[in-house]
Amino acid sequence: MSRDNPHASHAGRRLVAGVPYLWLLVFFLAPFAIVFGISLSKARFGVPPYEPLLQNGEVMAQWGNYAFLLEDPLYLTALLNSIQIATTSATICLLIGYPMALGIARAPDRWRSPLLLAVILPFWTSFLIRVYAWMGLLKNEGLINSLLLALGIIDEPVQMLQTGFAVHLGIVYSYLPFMVLPLYATLERMDLSLLEAASDLGARPWRAFLTITLPLSLPGVVAGFLLVFIPAVGEFVIPELLGSSRTIMIGKVLWTEFFNNRDWPLASALAVAMLLLIVAPLAWLESMRVRRRGAAR
Amino acid sequence: MANGTSPANSAPGARPPVLSIERASRRFGDVVAVDRVDLAIGQGEFFALLGESGCGKTTLLRMIAGFELPDEGRILIDGQDMSRTPPYDRPVNMVFQSYALFPHMTVAHNVGYGLRQEGMARSERDDRVAEVLSLVELSALAKRKPHQLSGGQRQRVALARGLAKRPKILLLDEPLGALDRKLRERTQFELMALQARTGTTFILVTHDQEEAMTMSNRIAVMRAGRIHQIGPPRQLYEYPNSRFVADFIGSANLLMGEVVGMEAGVVRVRLQSGGQTVAIEVEAGVSFPTGQSVTVMVRPEKMEAGRQAFGGPNELTGEVVDIAYLGDLSIYHVATAGGIKVQVAMANRQHRQGKPLERGEGVHLAWHPSDAVILTE
Repeated sequence: MSRDNPHASHAGRRLVAGVPYLWLLVFFLAPFAIVFGISLSKARFGVPPYEPLLQNGEVMAQWGNYAFLLEDPLYLTALLNSIQIATTSATICLLIGYPMALGIARAPDRWRSPLLLAVILPFWTSFLIRVYAWMGLLKNEGLINSLLLALGIIDEPVQMLQTGFAVHLGIVYSYLPFMVLPLYATLERMDLSLLEAASDLGARPWRAFLTITLPLSLPGVVAGFLLVFIPAVGEFVIPELLGSSRTIMIGKVLWTEFFNNRDWPLASALAVAMLLLIVAPLAWLESMRVRRRGAAR
Repeated sequence: MANGTSPANSAPGARPPVLSIERASRRFGDVVAVDRVDLAIGQGEFFALLGESGCGKTTLLRMIAGFELPDEGRILIDGQDMSRTPPYDRPVNMVFQSYALFPHMTVAHNVGYGLRQEGMARSERDDRVAEVLSLVELSALAKRKPHQLSGGQRQRVALARGLAKRPKILLLDEPLGALDRKLRERTQFELMALQARTGTTFILVTHDQEEAMTMSNRIAVMRAGRIHQIGPPRQLYEYPNSRFVADFIGSANLLMGEVVGMEAGVVRVRLQSGGQTVAIEVEAGVSFPTGQSVTVMVRPEKMEAGRQAFGGPNELTGEVVDIAYLGDLSIYHVATAGGIKVQVAMANRQHRQGKPLERGEGVHLAWHPSDAVILTE
């Protein structure tokens, strides 16, 4: 219909480009505004469990919830804990995922698709089921302990479930594909004649990797790291199911505030603070990157 | 020499071979990319591997660099067997067709990369980088990144990077392929000057016979993994040893025939189509048995066409079917009475005298007995 009408096709293109923005507006910005609004109000018993911001034509906003976040060390501890766990997990993902991605990218053509498929295959099963499966593997009467006991390697079950180890394991297991895929994308795109040139100029394979492959794959490393780190910071299911009550992560605290304490305003303040703490540095990094690239031109 | 039986496979006497390849082969599955190649290249030569794509010339170059290992045979660099030596331990460097410049490094870092791998001290390295950059006239751009350079500048960075380690041999894989025509012609002469100044042995891979003839002092013509002929450009052009080489280098009129007699250094050949007998001078000591099938090769510029009979020993008649006027010369396509199509190239020197030949005119063709070559392959 638009073939002979360039204006219509232009409008159509605009519509297509606009859909994601509309989506973001409706399902991200608007809810964020609502949550931000709730974070400024006071908790109360009732439905909804917070006082409306507008009372008798007066705005009743207050920053008390944010102040409380700073007062009670629980929140800061939870946040630092979360960042530490997410950093460690993302680093482990990188160490495991980089060789995987490199192996797939350098595999013969006919092997690449099956290997990539194997990386994303776990997504075909529910995330929750896979985490439950780890419980079955890790618990004291679980598969791993039984096997080790039967082989006589250990005398009594090793406590694995409800430890920090299990949380790290769960996060690394669940998010590994998010590390492998962007790394694969950058490594696969790399011009292999660069490695030949390095070798020709006297670089042994390991030197060529350090001086050519690694620096050129840095964008993939950063992308993969962020794709693991960001969701891992707010992870709730994995620490809840695999961790102990002592593993305090910000996602769990958020859940407790919302559903156990029913303190929506405080929980909202926590959600907003978390978002800003994670997004602000990333936005700054990105702006630095853009500026540097602009300067290079 | 006329039948191409010259010992074409040895490097010119005075130069000791810096590269010797002995019966080297490389197969990819069922395809034999390089087939029992023997080759010796002397110190300081500018050598060209010439052939169409898929003839194995690039594979042979990559075997010298060490990216492909020979399935059989040996590769000796400066007398040392390096058949199994990895690329990073060979004293040769390569200029890649795509240049393969490291995009994340500056021009200076690209050029100094090889020296850094050697562990050369910083100050010495800086001096050497400055030296080769001035050699290719890029000193002003040392701090640029490759994406900020033009195609010709990138090519020179690749060249500087290849020369920085002072290799025994510099390998060039179609180094001018990505440049436009004007730049290519200028770069050809720059490359020759650079080679003369550094004294480095250059081995060039190209599919462009003009490029090979302009730059190199010896050419190896390759086809289907084998070297058909090796020699200086003039020898390849004047005395090709096969129909393939005759046809590949320049244009050639190939006339099929049969030897009918021989006397005093002159072979008589009866042409297959038309049945005329032509005479070809050959070197002393060369002989052909009567009855042997041969091809007589005459270059277009060595043939003459005219309205009157020439009265020489070699004369054909025919009709002009096409004329290509190129300014400095004209190429006449003539169909002979015997039904062969030949090309005659004549310089347009005498525009005042006489009327030029026209299409459809009957003409006489002639050439001197010493200007033809007898080919048996």
